[in-house]
Amino acid sequence: MALDQSFVGRTYPPTEPYEVGREKIREFAEAVGDANPAYTDTEAAKALGHPDVIAPPTFVFSVTFRAAGQVIADPQLGLDYSRVVHGDQKFAYSRPVRAGDRLSVTSTIEAIKSMAGNDILDIRGEVHDEAGEHVVTTWIKLVARAAEEA
Amino acid sequence: MTAKISYSDVEVGTELPAQSFPVDRATLVRYAGASGDFNPIHWNEKFAKEVGLPDVIAHGMFTMAEAIRVVTDWTGDPGAVVEYGVRFTKPVVVPNDDKGALIEVSAKVAAKLDDNTVRVDLTAISAGQKVLGMSRAVVRLA
Repeated sequence: MALDQSFVGRTYPPTEPYEVGREKIREFAEAVGDANPAYTDTEAAKALGHPDVIAPPTFVFSVTFRAAGQVIADPQLGLDYSRVVHGDQKFAYSRPVRAGDRLSVTSTIEAIKSMAGNDILDIRGEVHDEAGEHVVTTWIKLVARAAEEA
Repeated sequence: MTAKISYSDVEVGTELPAQSFPVDRATLVRYAGASGDFNPIHWNEKFAKEVGLPDVIAHGMFTMAEAIRVVTDWTGDPGAVVEYGVRFTKPVVVPNDDKGALIEVSAKVAAKLDDNTVRVDLTAISAGQKVLGMSRAVVRLA
């Protein structure tokens, strides 16, 4: 069943802050095999002009995806998550995420489309720090594949 | 932000050093823990096959994380990345053997933009197929 177009533009309440831990950044960098010292060595990060270690560019996805859970699990929207695949992903940064950030995400349904029986949902996540400054905007495109013929 | 590559030193067509990233089942388990994405299609072969996949597949976000390393290793400063987007076109299939899979990433400067930024277009290939489409980053150079 096609998703309700009237949900386009709906914005969900900002999430409780997610605190970015330096050991979580290290764990993520090691998991992707990235030895860039800006992720683990405060002095190296400072030498690049950052106040503390920074996170790899895609680190913040897990924070915004969790926030998008508000949309995905919204019973009124009725997305069939068992059929969902990740279509596109985009980030636009005002600055890199760094250790100690307390990040809040505001999710908005940017678009709902139906193509060949697939539901396509675009969710924008605006990520702000504790001071209210913009850090990064993320766009998650989810595709709920059409149910198979019975 | 202090990228080690100068805007004046690059042209449209400048190639970034290509890299290959191996991925096996242990890599995926580790990434699942680090990212919090425990979807069983990334570690449980039986489950993956039941939902119609050929085998366990890598997290799309893992591939996205690897591909941008070609850019961040080039600039030195990962904070130089201003924008980054991809489309997940094909899964990276990761067999349970002693080889796993390989993600081969190449990239080149596609456009010179304002404020010392350039657009880099990335190509990511695994098992002969493009696994990312529309894969582009905007980075600020020195």
